[in-house]
Amino acid sequence: MIEVKHVNKSFGKTQILKDISATFEKGKVNLIIGQSGHGKTVLAKCIVGLHEVDSGEILFNGRNFCKMNRVERTSIRQEIGMLFQGSALFDSMTVEENVMFPLLMFKKMTKKEMLTRVNFCLERVNLTGRNSLFPSECSGGMQKRIGIARAIAMNPKYLFCDEPNSGLDPKTAILIDTLIREITYEYQITTVAITHDMNSVMEIGDNILFIHNGNNWWTGNKNNIISTENPEVTSFVYASEFMKEIKDSIIEKNKNK
Amino acid sequence: MKLMEGFGKYFLMLTIVFRAPEKMSVFRRRLFEELEHIGINSIPLVALMSSFIGGVIALQTASNMSNPLLPTYTVGYITQSSTILEFSPTIISLILAGKVGSNIASEIGTMRVTEQIDALEIMGVNSLSFLVLPKVTAAVLFFPILVIFSMGLSLVGGWIALVLSDLSSTETYVYGIRYYFEMSNVWYALTKCVVFGFIIVTISSFYGYYVKGGSLEVGRSSTQAVVSSSVAILVANFLLTQMILLS
Repeated sequence: MIEVKHVNKSFGKTQILKDISATFEKGKVNLIIGQSGHGKTVLAKCIVGLHEVDSGEILFNGRNFCKMNRVERTSIRQEIGMLFQGSALFDSMTVEENVMFPLLMFKKMTKKEMLTRVNFCLERVNLTGRNSLFPSECSGGMQKRIGIARAIAMNPKYLFCDEPNSGLDPKTAILIDTLIREITYEYQITTVAITHDMNSVMEIGDNILFIHNGNNWWTGNKNNIISTENPEVTSFVYASEFMKEIKDSIIEKNKNK
Repeated sequence: MKLMEGFGKYFLMLTIVFRAPEKMSVFRRRLFEELEHIGINSIPLVALMSSFIGGVIALQTASNMSNPLLPTYTVGYITQSSTILEFSPTIISLILAGKVGSNIASEIGTMRVTEQIDALEIMGVNSLSFLVLPKVTAAVLFFPILVIFSMGLSLVGGWIALVLSDLSSTETYVYGIRYYFEMSNVWYALTKCVVFGFIIVTISSFYGYYVKGGSLEVGRSSTQAVVSSSVAILVANFLLTQMILLS
């Protein structure tokens, strides 16, 4: 479980995060949603320590990440897997080397054991036998799956996904969402995903945190986001005419029940 | 103010770069890769530049030797002195600042804007040490080899140019090279190139690592890295000459 307590973060005179508190539960897909530029990515980067918070606490299973030095943070970071928006795969390495990289750096394993683990991870994301490809030879969806394989290579307790299905076609996006959900449930990982994608919100949002102007504006799950009356949330979720029609039909359906 | 801030950031970066690598076996492998990228891949350029400029130095010296009081071996002596003292360590380093420096700045800069450095940090890897330390080590180890290679080829270039132009005989040229040859000059040149190698890699890495933005900024930082490395080499050259040759 990850707890965020009263976190504030500013860049210069601009305050991005304003007294944010939230809890991301174990074994659930926790989504951070909100408009662009409202602080979602900054919050995620603060949690993983890429940005230092101005004040507040971030607790990984009760361990205060903000008060740790570099060495202590390294031990927590080895429990974190992260899937980046652009996958962030190492260009100069093959798929196999990318997935093997964290094992090579931190695990005392033989080459054979590492290869077994790499193959297991690649099999888990349906990329068996693609070991020798370079990232530039892979499609966007494949790169995301390699990113997931690399993120789970170390058996992480926490998985962070920054817009995991941005730039993907709807079918591949659903595939990635399903994969994230399956991995979260299977390995009981605390997953935190930033997304704009409403399909993801409705499909995998066990816990949803809506950030608005750097504030924790609304929290809930995929079931109660449909019925919320919060104007900022509804204007974000039902921004398109199509989504508005869906909402109306759901409400109508519920009335008829 | 911004310049001072930059200096501070640069020296802070160095304190992080020179921390013990997470895993020696990975460092060793990275070091060999960098020896190839920074060192071996620079050999053709160094060979080409050295042999031609060595030839030009010899020809220009010979063409200005109209005074009959000057002995004919002076051409060899001047070619040797200018090659060892200045051309091979300094000019070759300036050329490598362009080739190696821009390459390092754009490589690390691209890794920064594509979040590969963030990925390393999140895994718990000291990204600065992982990326920069093997490059610095490779440059410090291989630059002296490149410079010795350059010295040899320049002198050979000068010899070929003189003999082909019939401006000097092989014996006279070789006598000139050996005349007043001082080994301390070679050590001075090698000391300079070690410092220049360090400057090129660390300054270029600094510009690449702290780039913000996209591909346009990566290009700009690459140019900035070359300019700053070149200026730093010239300043360091002046200071080292003062310290070593004139002390």
